[in-house]
Amino acid sequence: MAIYTKEEARAIMEKALSFSTADSCEINLSGSESGNIRYARNTVSTAGHRSNQTLVVQSSYGKRSGTATVDEFDDASLERVVKRAEELAKLSPENPEFMEPLGPQEYDESTTYVEATAKITPEQRAEIARASIEPARAKDVTSAGFLNDSAGFSAMMNSNGLFAYNQATNASFSVTMRTNDGTGSGWATRDANDIAKLNAEEASKSAIDKALMSRKAKAIEPGKYTVILEPAASEQLLGNMFGSLNARTADEGRSFMSKEGGGTKLGEKIVDERVNIWSDPRHPEVPTAPWNGNGQPVKKMNWIENGVVKNLAYSRYWAEQQGKDAVPFPSNAIMEGGDASLEDMIKDTKRGILVTRLWYIRTVDPQTLLYTGLTRDGTFFIENGKLKHPIKNFRFNESPIIMLNNLETLGQQVRINGNLIPYMKVRDFTFTSLSDAV
Amino acid sequence: MKRRDFVQLAGLGAGAFMLPTHLMGNSIPVEALLAPGMDVATKKQMADVALNTARSLGASYADARIGRYLNQYVFTREDKVQNVVNTESFGIGVRVIANGTWGFASTNSVTPDGIKKATEQAVAIAKANSKIQKEPVKLAPVQGHGEVSWKTPIKKDFKDVPVSEKVDLLLKANASAMENGANFVNSALFMVNEQKYFASTEGSYIDQDVHRIWPTFGVTAIDRSAGKFKSRQALSAPMGMGYEYMDGLASEKIEGPEGLNLYRNSYDIVEDATLAAKQAKEMLSAKSVDPGKYDLVLEPNHLGLTIHESVGHPLELDRVLGYEANYAGTSFATLDKWKTKDFNYGSDIVNLVADKTQPHSLGQVGYDDEGVKCKKWDLVRNGTLVNYQAIRDQAHIINEDESHGCCYSQSWNDVQFQRMPNVSLEAGTEPYSAKQMIEDTEKGIYIAGRGSYSIDQQRYNFQFGGTVFYEIKDGKIAGMLNDVAYQSNTQEFWNSCAKICDKDDYRLFGSFFDGKGQPSQISAVSHGSSTTRFNGVNVINTGRTI
Repeated sequence: MAIYTKEEARAIMEKALSFSTADSCEINLSGSESGNIRYARNTVSTAGHRSNQTLVVQSSYGKRSGTATVDEFDDASLERVVKRAEELAKLSPENPEFMEPLGPQEYDESTTYVEATAKITPEQRAEIARASIEPARAKDVTSAGFLNDSAGFSAMMNSNGLFAYNQATNASFSVTMRTNDGTGSGWATRDANDIAKLNAEEASKSAIDKALMSRKAKAIEPGKYTVILEPAASEQLLGNMFGSLNARTADEGRSFMSKEGGGTKLGEKIVDERVNIWSDPRHPEVPTAPWNGNGQPVKKMNWIENGVVKNLAYSRYWAEQQGKDAVPFPSNAIMEGGDASLEDMIKDTKRGILVTRLWYIRTVDPQTLLYTGLTRDGTFFIENGKLKHPIKNFRFNESPIIMLNNLETLGQQVRINGNLIPYMKVRDFTFTSLSDAV
Repeated sequence: MKRRDFVQLAGLGAGAFMLPTHLMGNSIPVEALLAPGMDVATKKQMADVALNTARSLGASYADARIGRYLNQYVFTREDKVQNVVNTESFGIGVRVIANGTWGFASTNSVTPDGIKKATEQAVAIAKANSKIQKEPVKLAPVQGHGEVSWKTPIKKDFKDVPVSEKVDLLLKANASAMENGANFVNSALFMVNEQKYFASTEGSYIDQDVHRIWPTFGVTAIDRSAGKFKSRQALSAPMGMGYEYMDGLASEKIEGPEGLNLYRNSYDIVEDATLAAKQAKEMLSAKSVDPGKYDLVLEPNHLGLTIHESVGHPLELDRVLGYEANYAGTSFATLDKWKTKDFNYGSDIVNLVADKTQPHSLGQVGYDDEGVKCKKWDLVRNGTLVNYQAIRDQAHIINEDESHGCCYSQSWNDVQFQRMPNVSLEAGTEPYSAKQMIEDTEKGIYIAGRGSYSIDQQRYNFQFGGTVFYEIKDGKIAGMLNDVAYQSNTQEFWNSCAKICDKDDYRLFGSFFDGKGQPSQISAVSHGSSTTRFNGVNVINTGRTI
């Protein structure tokens, strides 16, 4: 049993804390069970199960800290691990960025745990794979997919009176469907806290349709095009931008948020005024834990409002240095969408490209947040409001900042990797070369 | 130490990377790194519990891997030690074949009870999945090796070197970078010891002790008035060596153009950080490249990543067959191309070899993670595709009767599968230096070190950046360049390979983080080459304004 209840976790951590003689002590206890099934070539390939639980003690004397870990929780083990952390702390160099543990905090209720996900069996996983493989075989398509589910808890307690506990489940599914003539490929991904909300069959069908539609793609010239980006296509670029909203690197002058002549772009408009991005642990579609690894409460926070950067993340140390309030890093990203359906967006496009996903995305220049990568698994040419034909994949070189300045239309939101991202139409997206890859 | 802190600390320069769980492990005191761990006789007993349980439950094959993974990491920035981390991860992974289907389970409870439970779970998974199995597993025969052992031939075990010595070295490198114009410097030392015990129902009990090291840094120079910053990463390589890699031996140093210091099997981090600071400052005002066709002179610590992406990956047989279709992708190098025995991968001077036995390389071991003795074999000979990388359950597909010995798992907690061996470009046979190569180049760019990299899912179209770029005009270096990336197509690129320097210029590039599989696993791999020229490659300008 790797998943403790709140009271079981509290009892173990209180016991551990009772052995502490250091200036301060912080304890993290976590456990998880996860399972997966993987299939390819229309048959199962590998599958596995993992179980893990661990208790981490960080003891501190002044700015000297030591950390020790244990996976057995009887009294003798708990005493031993606390003593070891204390011995290590005494031998450690001072950490100039050490922060005192937080005191008691108020947290919101969590909605991240769903029993059905925690109870999944190997047979259910095999059935999900079967329901993806059989429709593929029937259409002369080859499926390759992966289902991963996990259930776990994390808890934190310290000598200043803080106690936090959360349980979470997650299930994610992705599938690639390739036509047996090798000329078409489609893909879909779904994720949910509740396995019952994860419709792998529907995702598989969508990927099969994309594969069949993308057969015998034609080459068109690389260049700047209007693109309709499905949420899976823009999510990583947006995530990279979001992850770079860090006050410290901006203040240090080594971020896209650093300004000519010094200072940062906080409070400045950096993208189209229709862009609104926030994070919210309590959003029913994309819930996350109400506290982070520091024990800080995580609340709804606006990051970009009407195109203006409203907040940068401040670690507790950097906030203290700068005389600001600490702002925890976001735990999810929610970008406001619009009413337009994908069909509407296609209908309103004279000449453009529909992109299913962007892949192998890597930083080219951190100064401008320039990224490169490729389209994959379904790229289509749009002309006079209609999908005309599949096109060969492109390499792009583009910055999410430039992309969000070239926004044309916002469409409906979709959950993708724990975030809510809208369909987006963007002009002048830069494709720099053609790829023969299917 | 928490994962979040670790990831933040591991942020070298502008980009942070995620480390997988086994590189985290449990924190332990430094002296515990020197504890011997479970003795071989007990490991054999424990492994036999798994093998016997699997047999009794009807498995036709089973293997058990008991792993103890010891890591030490040292992180510093400027004049501060950010953290010293010692971790241990210990457990057992059991893999079985039941009803012709793989099953796997792992546990950190290395006791007869824990192992029995994990084995039962592995068999249950195999049986559940066998109901939808269409391609029963077929294993190539392997010799049972009995009780054998292997150890990375190191001179200095990192565990015997005091932490203070490591910290002092990094702080010295940082200080020198700051004195020479850096605004920021992060440096780190990653040291890894995999103690792996493998046993299988084929009659092998293999005990291996594998060592790796990676010193690295990122130096940043800032021009606040222009709101610009440039970073220069270390020109070290992660190596399959002990702490002796840090000795900075003059005999292992290679002189590059413009005072550039390049390193073979010994690294001088202070010297490299000093130059990095000067170069980062120089980059702030370097010329932005004119896009167009150039002859590229690629230094081994740069070319290694191009070899990795455009040769190593497309010749992984699991990708070719479609097992990675949903993640890393498939391959343009299909079986029908290979079967012609005439598929032109590159120009006729291109010889690419796979080698799990290469000294100092990250991939060097005695036996792979399914008990196959390691070896060297050809992938591309005189420009023609001749072979792939295959393990026991794939060998029959390419009509071979033995595995190539390149099966690997990142930890006891993950299932082993086909992973890239060291894949290297053979040196030129005629005496020829990098200096001569530059002299023989009219319009070119010399690129050293790794940079941005991206390639499509069938490994045709790629784009690479680098660490430092120099323009070559009429056989001479004409200054530093900025905003350089080259785009090409694998077959076209390797066919533009015009000249390869000789063996005196040969050295290894390495990566600790080759990623593949779902759940994703990493693997450490090296790629050797000499400086090589590729003619008429398309170079783009990556400069933008936001």
